[in-house]
Amino acid sequence: MNTDGRYLRLTVLSIVGFGLMLPIFLGFWQTGRAAFGLFPALGRDTLSLAPWRELVMLPGFGTSLKLTLVTGVSATVLSLLLATGFCAAVHSRVTPGAGARMLTPFLAIPHAALAVGLAFVLAPSGWIARGLAPFVGWDRPPDLATVNDTWGLALIVGLMIKEVPFLLLVILSALTQIPVAKHVSAGRALGYGRGVVWIKIIMPQVWPMIRLPVWVVLAYALSVVDVAMILGPSNPPTLAVAITRWFNAPDPGQIVPASAGAILQVLIIALGIAVFMLGERLMRRIGRWWLRRGGRGLSTEPGLHLASVITVILMAIGMLAMLSLLIWSLAWRWPFPQFLPESWSLRSWLNSASGWQHALSNTVFLAITTTMLSVALAIAWLEGEDRARRGRAAWAEALIYLPLVIPQIGFLYGLNIAFLKIGISGDMTAVIWAQALFVFPYVMIALSDPWRALNRRTLDSAAALGAGPFKRLVKIKLPILLRPILTATAIGVAVSVAQYLPTLFMGAGRIATLTTEAVTLSSGSDRRVTGVYAALQIMLPFVAYLAAFLIPAFRHCNRRDLTGATQT
Amino acid sequence: MSLDLTSLTLRTPNGELLFAPQTLSVPLGDVVTVMGPSGVGKSTLLDAIGGHLAHGFGCSGSIKLNGREISTLPAETRQVGVMFQDAHLFPHLSVGDNLAFGLPSHIKGRAMRRSTVEAALKQAGLAGRYDDDSAALSGGQRARAALMRTLLAEPEAVLLDEPFSKLDSSLRDEIRHFTFSHIAARGIPALMVTHDEADAHVTGGRCLALKKPERD
Repeated sequence: MNTDGRYLRLTVLSIVGFGLMLPIFLGFWQTGRAAFGLFPALGRDTLSLAPWRELVMLPGFGTSLKLTLVTGVSATVLSLLLATGFCAAVHSRVTPGAGARMLTPFLAIPHAALAVGLAFVLAPSGWIARGLAPFVGWDRPPDLATVNDTWGLALIVGLMIKEVPFLLLVILSALTQIPVAKHVSAGRALGYGRGVVWIKIIMPQVWPMIRLPVWVVLAYALSVVDVAMILGPSNPPTLAVAITRWFNAPDPGQIVPASAGAILQVLIIALGIAVFMLGERLMRRIGRWWLRRGGRGLSTEPGLHLASVITVILMAIGMLAMLSLLIWSLAWRWPFPQFLPESWSLRSWLNSASGWQHALSNTVFLAITTTMLSVALAIAWLEGEDRARRGRAAWAEALIYLPLVIPQIGFLYGLNIAFLKIGISGDMTAVIWAQALFVFPYVMIALSDPWRALNRRTLDSAAALGAGPFKRLVKIKLPILLRPILTATAIGVAVSVAQYLPTLFMGAGRIATLTTEAVTLSSGSDRRVTGVYAALQIMLPFVAYLAAFLIPAFRHCNRRDLTGATQT
Repeated sequence: MSLDLTSLTLRTPNGELLFAPQTLSVPLGDVVTVMGPSGVGKSTLLDAIGGHLAHGFGCSGSIKLNGREISTLPAETRQVGVMFQDAHLFPHLSVGDNLAFGLPSHIKGRAMRRSTVEAALKQAGLAGRYDDDSAALSGGQRARAALMRTLLAEPEAVLLDEPFSKLDSSLRDEIRHFTFSHIAARGIPALMVTHDEADAHVTGGRCLALKKPERD
């Protein structure tokens, strides 16, 4: 019986192994060799630590390292605190479905687009300053570095606007597996305040379920490139941005220390995760001691309110950022202290049409192909698990998360060298391949829970009625799971559209997408054209999510059990 | 012609024997009731016969249906129908299409298939409900539709896993009667897991009491 679907599982495993894991391994191998002095193309062929010395000597290295640690860790910790506090404050008042719908726009928006919009809002000549201008009497933008500030505050805020909603969604979905209301009532009946119940009873149960996503957030915040380029300090920038610059520097000699930096980036994330694990153990001991003391005194209500208020402000800024992209793209004359443009025009759209149409078609093509491949592979994987009637081994789960916790900068340059050797660097194929490394995990994670939530007995009933595995898949599972499959597809599209580094490196700078163009333009002067690209960037995932909502609604309009909140 | 279990044993994924080896013959038209403490493996026994065992469960011994060894066959070729606690109607299909799903392919022609399903719906008191959403049915209607779906597939045996336990007590007698009379009319062997003494009384058939195996 265990041989059921063996070929399917072997096929899936070899595609995952050769298609997804091998490139990551090869990328690290190439980067690692360069990091220890083996880079024959530059005539360096002795194993040594010289690249590391060169790295440390590069101007701004120390500052970049410090910036990376400060921005990455504080963005993650603050996001986690806010998401937890906000959840504690509002959980009893929102259903998971409503929560997911509220958070979707924030999850769908590509990081770079949000960053561009945020720069529009926060900049000294941005919306916040314009809103304050009449009250404080500014007739020109104040001389403050509110974006690209040397402390990286704008970067932290930008990361938080994306990560708080993500963590909220993860926590909300974990909470569906815990009888929260009962535990909260039980705790309050024992004399503990609401916030304390959350800290002492709910969060210890939630943490094991959100640990991995928190690591993903940490890894991302420590190694992000596009957002840091747009919002972070520019000279010196964060380490990941610096490494990207060194890799692309006119002097190819910098590739060697850049490789060492890429490996260092991996070590930083490993260290960060290790610190989080250590923190978890420490919290467990302190928490237990605190719990056993049984103190009821601490009031956390002010903390919860503060977390809610900050979260709402962050969301509001995020919404403003999205709106400002659209407005800038349609603005013509918009002198400083005015809150809205003086004159409107479609000229930015028309004048840049040839540029954005090309980038748009590339982006759409990449999104469709990478998402289709990823969804097909995810369905094949899940179907293989079903046919074997077994759950997922821990190593397989780790395999799925792997591309999300390792820094892209760590292996993409090395992978490009490998792609050069087989002659596909700069091709669409190479970009599709590299993007799929990151699209697949998200699609797989999004689809796994709904797939498993499908009642085993429903499938057994179908089998008992004589339906073989293929008929069960096509006639039962896929139609019932239409909504989650389309949601996973929309997530795939959003992830693909947002990819910056894989497109930049694998496309060898020749394949322009909305994201690569928006990031490049964001350092320039014309906000209107940048607004056009970033607005388009937002629209694509939005269209995908809309389709994921509308298609099942029409298809299943007469099927009550499929339109309720049971399926997400 | 019968459902025959010979020295059937089941092991959990961690190698634990569920109950002492069972040998049993269920003749055509008979309903044998399986009883026993919870956790002894009553549902697992039905899963083994129907081909629905989860990964890691071990099954040894022989399961013969009308002389055909079925223990190594996949569920879809065993011709063993199942009824669970819930009706498990497919939520994306209409009531009629749920029944049509199990209709064997030797019933040919759209009109013929449609009228076979309509006739079964009528027997279940669901005449004219072909195109309705299955979620719109009441508990009793769902149970009857599920039984019809199972029987239309022309099974050679039926397994019932606490089929009435989730029904209102007022409905239970009616559905119980409906189920047993239809199974009797087909003259196929049936095996039923239940905690309800009343179920066992109504069948008037034999009872198989599963016990935890003796420890040595």
